[in-house]
Formats: sequence, structure tokens, C-alpha cells
Amino acid sequence: MDYYLSVATFAALNAILALGLNLISGFCGQVSLGHAAFYGLGAYAAALCAVAGAPIWLSIPVGMLVAGVFGVITGFAALRVREDFLAIVTMGVGFLFLGVVRKQQWLGAEMGIARIPSPLDKWGYALLSIGAAIALLLLSLHIRRSWMGRAFGAVAQDEDAARSVGIDVAGYKITAFLLGTAAAGLAGGIYAHMTQLIVPDAFNFVQSVTILAMVVVGGIGSSWGVVAGAVLLTLMPEMFRFINDYKLLVYGGLLLVVMRFSPGGLAGLVFRLTGRRLA
Amino acid sequence: MMMLEGEALAISFGGVRAVAGVSLAVAPGELVGLIGPNGAGKTTLLRLLTGVLTPDTGRVRFEGRDVTRMPIHRRAQLGFALTHQIVRPFRDMTLLENVMVAAALEVTVHPWRALATVDARAARERSMALLERLGIADAADKSARSVPLGYLKRMQVARALALRPRLLMLDEPLAGLNYTEAARFADLIVELNEGGITIVLVEHNLGEVTRISQRLVVLHNGEVLAKGAPGPVMQRGDVREAYLGTSADAEAAHA
Repeated sequence: MDYYLSVATFAALNAILALGLNLISGFCGQVSLGHAAFYGLGAYAAALCAVAGAPIWLSIPVGMLVAGVFGVITGFAALRVREDFLAIVTMGVGFLFLGVVRKQQWLGAEMGIARIPSPLDKWGYALLSIGAAIALLLLSLHIRRSWMGRAFGAVAQDEDAARSVGIDVAGYKITAFLLGTAAAGLAGGIYAHMTQLIVPDAFNFVQSVTILAMVVVGGIGSSWGVVAGAVLLTLMPEMFRFINDYKLLVYGGLLLVVMRFSPGGLAGLVFRLTGRRLA
Repeated sequence: MMMLEGEALAISFGGVRAVAGVSLAVAPGELVGLIGPNGAGKTTLLRLLTGVLTPDTGRVRFEGRDVTRMPIHRRAQLGFALTHQIVRPFRDMTLLENVMVAAALEVTVHPWRALATVDARAARERSMALLERLGIADAADKSARSVPLGYLKRMQVARALALRPRLLMLDEPLAGLNYTEAARFADLIVELNEGGITIVLVEHNLGEVTRISQRLVVLHNGEVLAKGAPGPVMQRGDVREAYLGTSADAEAAHA
């Protein structure tokens, strides 16, 4: 039972990460290859708070806040570049995060932070992460229906045209980064408390690619699809252990196959088979 | 107060003075055509006026307010709208949705207000009315990818009108349209102007632009060569020369 609970918890955390990236990339059209850095920022910030004695209901929001603040800073950097260059800048943010964390003694350097207080049991973390994932899914579905979703779509489809209809392109991009990275921080905070031990490598480039793969496999822009992608890619390495050793290869290959044969991911496949568009 | 004023606008690209100190003023209610031979700097001037480009020197005023460095979306919020030379639809939206994005300006102006608002009825109704006014309501629910250029050009104008502008800048609105379409579109521009919107357009179609403009500004080598009522301006020797090369060439062309 414990095993299934922890798989369910990780699936939910991955869904939160993927939904967050989907807000940035799927809704607002901004590529990010450094999403794991914000997951890490949330985890480290929450861990430090918890070790210092803060309760979980405070440490997790602090993790979200720290991740969101750095997300906004990244968003400002993103205003100067587009597409390929943005991909490189965000990848750089990921490496910068790792490079800094690995060298800081007060962050535990390579050893990370251990003995993080863990006030909940397995059920508690499972319910917390699933609840958070559902809340974020509902928020995503709401954003899609709201005028924010339409404005994000305008920014993603043509920035110049968006400006000419009075849309503050910079403001919307930064909002997308804020929401998406704060979501990653939320996942990071829960993760830190649950595992009680965090190390820099949990938030490396492979993790960023994994999150991106969940979004693309699920169907970029589709909230339901992205959740399905996250669950699928969480279960896959569990069922086929060998995947763990070749994650980057398998996810890279998967990205290629999806881009080539079903650019809309699982959501696109559902649309082709049933004619129903997943929100 | 002038609707739009450009004051000593200049910009260079790699040592080439594309616009070299141009001043012009547009009064409320005017319909002004900006013309000139290829490379005269008209599109660059329009971009300086609309804020797509920032001038090296000079100022732009909209209703007396300095907007030289004001971003395009802020200008749009103030009632200073533009259309692009190459149509820029939101490709994954229908024509109606394209216009709705502009019609919801009061909501989208602030991301958090946009997040809190789902209701799209008002924007939908107003956008539909605009599509009807431009004669493209039949394609309201068609994807912007699937309609012909003439529809997209009209949609762009509908989208600009949805902002309730007082000033509308059109960059080659007739380009790519056939003879009949261009004439009908030009009539539409006049109609909008008569409805109270001040219009400035850059246009290559001399026949239509001289027909509909109340005033022409002729650019040549980045400077204002002539301005005034279309008839007399087009009769001027220097204007003809600018268009046709030397006057000797012009006479040879007539012979």
C-alpha cells in the first residue's frame, strides 16, 4: 500500500509541475527548459524554513513565494528573447540554480539538506499533493475559459498583433511565469517535507526535460492532456525499471515521436479519434 | 489641438537616413494619405508615428500628449489604433474571436481582472456587429487560417475598430486586393472617417489614395517633398519626377 501511495503522490507532484509548465509554455507560448530549477527553489526554501522550525502550512507557501519571485525575474529576462533563445536562457537558469546550490555550504552543497521535519504521514502527503494537483487543474481550466486565457493565446500566437489590440504582452508573460513557477515551488515544498532529504541532482536538467516531456506527450495547451502525460510518465519508469537508467534517451525519443506523429500529444490523439477537444 | 503630431522625426539604419527630419500634423477628423516612391520612407515614418519604431530624434504627440516612447499597447488603450501591412491574425482563433480579444480591452488591460472574468457576451455581441459592418459576418466562426486575404484585411480593421479608436493608422490597407476589392475597401475607409475616426494611411495604390484622401503628404528620400490637397499635389513637377525618375524620363514615358 505504501508503494502505491508514494507512486500516486509522485504522479500528483508531476502533474503540478507539468500543469505549471503548461501555463507558461502551453497557454502563453513561452518555452522553458529550466522548470526543475523552480521546483528546486521551492524545495530548498521550504526545507530551510522547516529546518528552522516553521510549520508546514508556512514553509510550503514560502517555497511557492521564493519560486514565484525567481520566476518573475526569469520572466523579465524572457522579455528580451524569444523561442530558441528563450529555451537557452531558461536552460541556463536551470544550470545556474544547480551551480549555485552545489557550492553553498548553507544549502548543504552536494549533500543537500537532510532531516527535514515531516509532519504528515504517507496518506497526508498523498492527499495534499492530489488535492493541490486538482486545485491547479481547476485553476488551469478556469484560466483557459477566462479572458486571461484568451489574452495568453493572443500573446502565444502573435505578440505584435496582441500589442496592437492593447494587450500588455510583457505583463501577461510575467504573470504566466509567476503562476507556473509558483506551482513548481508548491510541488517542491511538498516533495521536501515528504522525502525529508533533498539533493541538488533531484532538480537537474533531466528533471526539466522530464517535465517538458510530460507536457508535450500529454498535449501542450491541454490541461487534461498534461495531467494524463504526467501520470503516464510517472508510471512508465515504475513499470519498466530499465527506463530509469536511460531517462534522457527515452524521453528525448518520446518527444521526437510525439512531435513527428502527433504534435498535439495525447490530447491531439483524443481529438482525432473522437472529435472532442480536451480543455 | 491636433490629433497627431510628428515633430522633426528622424531615424537611421546603419548610416542610411530612412526618415530625415519629418514634421507633420493631422487634425481631428482628417483622412491623410502618406505616399511616395519605393524607399521614400513612408512605412518607416508610419512605424515611427505608431511606435513600432522609436525615433533617434524628434517627438510624437497624440492629442497633445507626448507618446514618443509609449508602448503600442498603451497607445491602443488610449484610442490610437493601427493595422499591420502584412495581416497579423491570431491564427488559432476564429475571425470573431480575433475581434473579441480587442473588444474586451477593458478586461484584458489588467491580467488579474482578465483572470476574474469569464463572461464574453458583451465582447461577442460588439464584435459580431463589427464583423457585420465590415461585411464578413458570414465567416465569423471560420478559422483565421482558412479565409482569404480580403477577409483578413477586413478583420484587422474590425479588430482595430473594436478598440473604439479616435485615430486609426493603416499600413497599406489595399495591398494584395484586386481592383474591385480595393475600391470597396477604400470606400469603407471613407465611411469610417465620416463616422468620426481620424485616419492616416500609407498606400501604394495612387488611384485610390488620391480619390479618398483629403490631404496627401508626399515623402521622398526620407523628407517631405510636398503636402496638400490630392489634385494639386499630384500635378506638381517635383512629385511626378520623384515617382517617374527625371522629368526627361517622364516626358519620354508620355511620348
